[in-house]
Amino acid sequence: MDPLHEKKLKFLEIQANQIREKIIETLLEAGSGHSAGPLGMADIFTALYFHILNHDPKNPDWPDRDRLVLSNGHICPVQYVAMAYAGYFPLEELKTLRKINSRLQGHPHRGTLPGLETSSGPLGSGLSQAIGIALAAELDRKKYWTYCIGSDGEINEGNFWEAVMFAGKKKFMNLIHIIDRNNIQIDGHTEEVMPLEPLQEKFESFNWHVIDINGHNMEQFADAVAEAKAIYEQPTVIIAHTIPGKGVSFMEYDYTWHGRPPKKEEAEKALHELRTLGKRIKSEHE
Amino acid sequence: MLNKKEKLNSKIFDPDVEMVPTRNGYGEGLVLAGRKYKDVVVLSADLTDSTRSRAFADEFPERFFEMGVAEQNMATVAAGLGISGKIPFIASYAVFSPGRNYEQIRTTICYNDSNVKIAGAHAGISVGPDGATHQATEDIAIMRVIPNMRVFVPCDALETKKATLAAAKLWGPTYIRFAREETPIITTEDTPFTPGKIATFWETPLRGKKKKVAVIAAGPLVAKALHAARKLEKDKIGVGVFNCHTIKPLDERKIAEIAKKYEKIVTVEEHQIYGGLGSAVAESLAKKNPVPMEFVGLQDAFGESGKPEELLEKYGMEVQDIMQAAERLLKRG
Repeated sequence: MDPLHEKKLKFLEIQANQIREKIIETLLEAGSGHSAGPLGMADIFTALYFHILNHDPKNPDWPDRDRLVLSNGHICPVQYVAMAYAGYFPLEELKTLRKINSRLQGHPHRGTLPGLETSSGPLGSGLSQAIGIALAAELDRKKYWTYCIGSDGEINEGNFWEAVMFAGKKKFMNLIHIIDRNNIQIDGHTEEVMPLEPLQEKFESFNWHVIDINGHNMEQFADAVAEAKAIYEQPTVIIAHTIPGKGVSFMEYDYTWHGRPPKKEEAEKALHELRTLGKRIKSEHE
Repeated sequence: MLNKKEKLNSKIFDPDVEMVPTRNGYGEGLVLAGRKYKDVVVLSADLTDSTRSRAFADEFPERFFEMGVAEQNMATVAAGLGISGKIPFIASYAVFSPGRNYEQIRTTICYNDSNVKIAGAHAGISVGPDGATHQATEDIAIMRVIPNMRVFVPCDALETKKATLAAAKLWGPTYIRFAREETPIITTEDTPFTPGKIATFWETPLRGKKKKVAVIAAGPLVAKALHAARKLEKDKIGVGVFNCHTIKPLDERKIAEIAKKYEKIVTVEEHQIYGGLGSAVAESLAKKNPVPMEFVGLQDAFGESGKPEELLEKYGMEVQDIMQAAERLLKRG
């Protein structure tokens, strides 16, 4: 991973905004799916696919590639859009999301779309699969990194804590878990549904290294990944604080946007906002 | 009479027939698989001795992982290993794995098509004094229903060893079921084990026989089916005993052949009669050539504490139950 220069950062910001626009268009076309999570995680996915990951979209099965495991599969629109822009498949194919005979399943399916490491959707199982992949790397003395992206709501799952316990025991040095800390889940705010705080202390007590970041600041995220890679005999969790629905004013912070797509007028309004924002980022750049 | 081609244990009907728990065969098979395939890794959920994973752990400590009492994590970590070129075997009691971690197995092993082998120990009612909580009697049903899953139910320790080796060799998600108690050695090292094929263990020459019945069995109860066959044959009834060690993929061609030849079938399994071997056979036959059937197994009931033989008797999976099922079928004409 190269250092994140100002020019690259600007490129990433423009790319992230473009990904947000495409998420809205894709969800409108699909007619179902989740809005808040994908928009909230656009910056993290952009930084991963366009800066952090050691990968080759033209050779998705490359044995030495970094692995990215998406645990909360319902935010897959952001992954699909980022993958399309990165060159895994044509942008045009995004129109097939959630439709019959599509490679873009409503929740990701490994094997259907090259570049997806696992199937996901049922929550709490991504981290342990990432652990299995990291364990295989250790056994084979491979140098790749395994990244897992998960939600905060899925931390409710028992399977998740089993994985956290095991990773602490094994002291993985090739594993980074990223939590989308957007404070919402289907039934409401995470601290009302099932309180997670103090989250940092929970992970520390399981022998994890914890880094807290603003999930919309790609520079902070890149720095956190660099720090995680330097940590000895501890897996790292990056708690990325994000705004659900980020970039679309009427979706931001509103948990009712967790599981629904925009209607036509809403999409138009959202796209107008994002395009205005995009122009501003570009003009600041010029 | 015993089918000579299968090279079965000639002492099968002796009172002092060798008795070995099928789980021992798993333990031996694991070590052999470990020596043969460098990618075999073994995960245990705090039941390393009981599932007979210890010998592998001792010989290949770097390829053995103690997961603690966490079957969901065991299945999902194995899923990650399996999609990364490893051949993971995960072992626990069948009520916990594949019981507790069913959805993880469905999504992360089968839907992912990850090369994981699930070893379900202490399956069946013969677990005994531990009681119903520890007696897995639904595991065949929940494993065979998932796409991409293969299901082995070996009849003795030697066959379990062969099934374990076959599981390591054959690509794809596989469930192997075995039991806690000592049960008779039915086969020999020379008995063929062909995954996906039903083996004929006993056949009465049927020339002129008016009364005839086939028994299709799986697991250690195959021994009881053979005892029942010997007694039925003495009563001038033509009997075939078929060892269906692979419940999925099911040998449908052989089942059709058996139905055509015997016209009446008893299925025998230490499992609920809903969803297991009997259901699989009935589903297959119903498509083309249904024949009258009887189902020996747990009749939609939980077990309880007791000695294995007491439980098999109380819940109707003894030699006399197989004979009575055959006689009921013959009375139906």
